[in-house]
Amino acid sequence: MTVEIRDIRGRGVVPGRAEGEALVSHQTISGWGGIDPATGTIIERRHELFGVCFTGKVLVFPGAKGSSGWSGFFQATRLLGTAPLAMVFTTLSTKSALGAVVTRVPTISELAEDPVEIIHTGDRVIVDADHGIVTVHSTSLSPSAGRRPA
Amino acid sequence: MRLSDDEKAIRDGAEGPAVAAAMDLLIRYGEALGAEHLCDTRNVAGTMTQPSPVKAKLVGEGGWHKAFSVINLDSDDEFEIPHMRVPTCQLQQGFGEDALGIAPYPASMVELQADAESFYGSHGVNILATCTPYQVGNLPVRGEHCAWMESSAVVYANSVLGARTNCEGTASTGAASLTGKIPCWGNHRTENRYGTHLIEATVPVEGFLDWGMFGYFVGDLVQENRPVVTGKLAQPDLTDLKHFGAATASSGGVEIYHIPGITPEAPTIEAAFDGPIPEKVGYGARERRAIYEKLNSQGESADVDFILLGCPHASLDQIARTARALDGRKLNNGTELWIMTPRALRTVADRNGYTEIIRKAGGRVLTDSCPAMSKSAPEGTRVFATDSAKQAHYLPAILGIEAWFGTLEDCVDAAVTGTWRGELR
Repeated sequence: MTVEIRDIRGRGVVPGRAEGEALVSHQTISGWGGIDPATGTIIERRHELFGVCFTGKVLVFPGAKGSSGWSGFFQATRLLGTAPLAMVFTTLSTKSALGAVVTRVPTISELAEDPVEIIHTGDRVIVDADHGIVTVHSTSLSPSAGRRPA
Repeated sequence: MRLSDDEKAIRDGAEGPAVAAAMDLLIRYGEALGAEHLCDTRNVAGTMTQPSPVKAKLVGEGGWHKAFSVINLDSDDEFEIPHMRVPTCQLQQGFGEDALGIAPYPASMVELQADAESFYGSHGVNILATCTPYQVGNLPVRGEHCAWMESSAVVYANSVLGARTNCEGTASTGAASLTGKIPCWGNHRTENRYGTHLIEATVPVEGFLDWGMFGYFVGDLVQENRPVVTGKLAQPDLTDLKHFGAATASSGGVEIYHIPGITPEAPTIEAAFDGPIPEKVGYGARERRAIYEKLNSQGESADVDFILLGCPHASLDQIARTARALDGRKLNNGTELWIMTPRALRTVADRNGYTEIIRKAGGRVLTDSCPAMSKSAPEGTRVFATDSAKQAHYLPAILGIEAWFGTLEDCVDAAVTGTWRGELR
């Protein structure tokens, strides 16, 4: 087993620095009707992360979708203590930008490479939004070791 | 982000601490977007009154001043909230007093909302209480910079009216209401308003059902992009485009579209694009059928308990048509029908006798909210039917119920017989 370290450069959306475990969604995330702020979980039934909690994780996702209530629902995660630790997203919109601002966690977007393709759930990630750098510590298994453990 | 002298003065407290906090939020937000500067707005549509558990707690601790400071200004401090600086309206909210005893919804929330209305009303927020402010007193003009929430209203304002707004949120509209400013980014800038995709209808698109299905197809295809639609399109009216836009913003995230010859920023196909015209994508009989089936893929049982009309909030024409279809008939025992509309239009419906005809048949004209916003449908609902692509998209997931989608006449037929018999004609 080897640990690969690589930097992805982007633009700091909300300043600050955080280090933690990545939770990666390949699908866009809804705020209203998509998350439950009381528990910090994804509640959209057909979502790949249905039932998964993002509290304290570095949430990596392609972008925001759905209602303009997006930011209000993520603000509620901060007020209820269930917010993610940091955010890294591919596509910036008013929903995701305002959502990150009112969640008040270090956030990076507009990256040179798509973070959703590079970062894996469970990777150790440093989000340095003051400098716009996401550092990914990926634990990759050698091919002979077979599939990544679930 | 570049700030003008008056914006800097506001940030530094020239207009008091609440307005300074509003400016601080707009600066944080503008920088998050990468905006170059703010623009002036005198038209804000946001949300302040709708009850939520977080809001109830904040109101209990420090009243509405605290709730607005924390939620609508994203501040940790509690400020005395001044009068709104620019015209501001409340969008749809929770159910009000007129739904008590009809919608299963806590009376405590109705009370909290009534309290909010008196606070915000006295601070200059116009309680339009609808997702369609453009129907009842807030009709922006072409080129007007707005700060609106509600995806179906945003797409209508940009596309049909030629006003300029992004899909804002609770805190950005709150901050705009006290400052008259919003980041000049995205849809506020001409270069971001041209089309990106061309879709041509090769089947006729005419009437409410077809405009909704076409919108659902277009949104799914372009996602967050900017579609230009042409082809066999009948002249749409407000009701058709209200449905079309809401559908594009449900299956996708469309905030602006153009219909050459119809919408104001696209006199021609050429004018809708800033450069070469992309290759067109067709919408024909096969695509139309597939969309109809997709919208009806969440229904199994034909025994319908609940009919929901008026998403986005019904126009007078929709209420009148519903009344005509129900006149002299009775709803099936065990099936309920609600039609949602702005309270201002309900007043006209009352005056015209439409409300009474619908009530005599057993249906209800309700205001302020909808089953999706208030997470409330008649007790025991398992299967619902609607003429709205948006409600068919959202409500099954929100309430865990089955859905049928069809015309207003299909829906009224199901209300009277208790059985879904809709089909694509």
